[in-house]
Amino acid sequence: MTTTAKTATVPGPRAAADYDGHLLEVRDLHVEFHTRDGVAKAVNGVNYTVDAGETLAVLGESGSGKSVTAQAIMGILDMPPGRIPQGEVLFRGQDMLTMGKEERRKIRGQKIAMIFQDALSSLNPVLSVGYQLGEMFRVHQGLSKKEAKAKAIELMERVKIPAAKERVNDYPHQFSGGMRMGLILITHDLGVVADVADKIAVMYAGRIVETAPVHELYARPAHPYTRGLLDSIPRLDQKGQELYAIKGLPPNLTRIPSGCAFNPRCPMAQDICRTEVPTLAPVTEQDGTDLPGRGSACHFWKETIHG
Amino acid sequence: MGRYVARRLLQMIPVFIGSTLLIFLMMFALPGDPVRALAGEQAVDQAQIAALKAELGLDRPILVQYVSYIGNVFQGDFGTQIASQRPISEVILDAYPVTIQLALFAFTFIVVAGILLGVIAGLKPNSIRDRGLLGLTLLLIAVPSFVTGYTAQFVFSFKMGLVPPNVGLEPSWNEMLMPAMVLASLSLAYVARLTRTSIAENLRADYMRTATAKGLPRRRIVGIHLMRNSLIPVVTFLGTDIGSLMGGAIVTEGIFNIKGVGGLIYEALGRREGATVVGVVTIIVIVYLLASLIVDLLYAVLDPRIRYA
Repeated sequence: MTTTAKTATVPGPRAAADYDGHLLEVRDLHVEFHTRDGVAKAVNGVNYTVDAGETLAVLGESGSGKSVTAQAIMGILDMPPGRIPQGEVLFRGQDMLTMGKEERRKIRGQKIAMIFQDALSSLNPVLSVGYQLGEMFRVHQGLSKKEAKAKAIELMERVKIPAAKERVNDYPHQFSGGMRMGLILITHDLGVVADVADKIAVMYAGRIVETAPVHELYARPAHPYTRGLLDSIPRLDQKGQELYAIKGLPPNLTRIPSGCAFNPRCPMAQDICRTEVPTLAPVTEQDGTDLPGRGSACHFWKETIHG
Repeated sequence: MGRYVARRLLQMIPVFIGSTLLIFLMMFALPGDPVRALAGEQAVDQAQIAALKAELGLDRPILVQYVSYIGNVFQGDFGTQIASQRPISEVILDAYPVTIQLALFAFTFIVVAGILLGVIAGLKPNSIRDRGLLGLTLLLIAVPSFVTGYTAQFVFSFKMGLVPPNVGLEPSWNEMLMPAMVLASLSLAYVARLTRTSIAENLRADYMRTATAKGLPRRRIVGIHLMRNSLIPVVTFLGTDIGSLMGGAIVTEGIFNIKGVGGLIYEALGRREGATVVGVVTIIVIVYLLASLIVDLLYAVLDPRIRYA
């Protein structure tokens, strides 16, 4: 269970100044949780890169490790019970997991921000929305209380909250669901993902099982799990048919199946899938032409993509 | 906010009437009566007793007595002590400052030390310091306060001679230190545990995660985000605790021989002097109601969801 899937390694200078490598690079990240039932391996060797101006969407069922990976990057994992036994999170070439607390804090909220799924429960109930927006500017830019408030109003206007000036002193519970949505893009709609993201990483049981530029993934998945996900989207042109669902349940993270973690649910599973962990290998055309940015961790990716 | 205060003030009226009436009735339910108590063990003429009772208005129906009593109280007249012939308002004014000094001292101690200890322990749940606090406070809660009081007196005054064992008529803060700590010990233990649990729980709240993700410094996350939320239940407890603090003061005053409200109630009970007891307790009820009103207002300031609910 220690085998990890590694994708393209990135050379490049480590210096922070005039850095021209990846903006964010996650290398062989592992996260585990020590629970009463044993060690839950939530992230098992994740690798990905994001460049400036690029959007990466991470796709997967709940429990696949997407949120835990994001939390590890942001440094907001609950530790304990969480633990990062291995891995690097490089921001402009600097490993955030080993840098000083203060240094890391300055990156958070200023250079890397996280948008939470449910705004109401993510905000402090006893502080006004304006205060909570404004304190970012006070802390990171050293603005005064008054200037920060003006900035908060500006932000609220930008996300089209009506009467932002009056609402800036309101508390989270006074905002309607609609207004809260105005602040945040929450989606389970894979169509929206296609519009927003440049590339996609599909996660299963704490591993990336497929990477691809967004439209290629939708057109030609190279992993049976991705195909299952895409097939389970309701479609307008298939009226009256039963909705497809991937059979079985996501694995228990304290007992991830041997071999390919997806094998118990996979329609294509063979003996090798139960014994050998597939690595994330480059995906090519049938004639061997390179497909840039594409990778699949499936023993049978050729059969999957080329049919 | 104005309507909230008005509503709360109106709610105080039935509570005030109910509690004072109850005490009034309870005093009458006690065996013995104040006029007979005056005579002690001597035999007295029944006619004489009846005459004195009529003079004092004690022969009227109890509800009539209650209404006339409350009417007088609102004019500042608490009646006259039968034994000493002193106005009860004067007796109360003599006794109250000492008790209030003791209670305030204890309250400050509860708030400062209780919250501080609770925060220190709560920030590191299940650590050694957390378990230490939980064990120590459990001990304080389990031991009755008169045991704590006599033990403290024995150890710190009689054995070590650090503080005077008894308190004079015009007590200094120094003399009040030990009684205040003894009086505070029980509530302090509760406040520390409550703060600790509240902090430990809120530590895992989503808004704490958001605050960290925003890159706020630790002292801001703890000092503003965590504290504002965690103190809400603690403030509620402190409000209701002021009443038990006044009650506890009576026991503490007994141990350290403090001439406060406690002694007054004790003596008046012995003489079956309903008017004195009811007067003292009425003041306690008013103090309690006002204190809990202030705390509830503070509660609304801390939690905006109350204000607009």
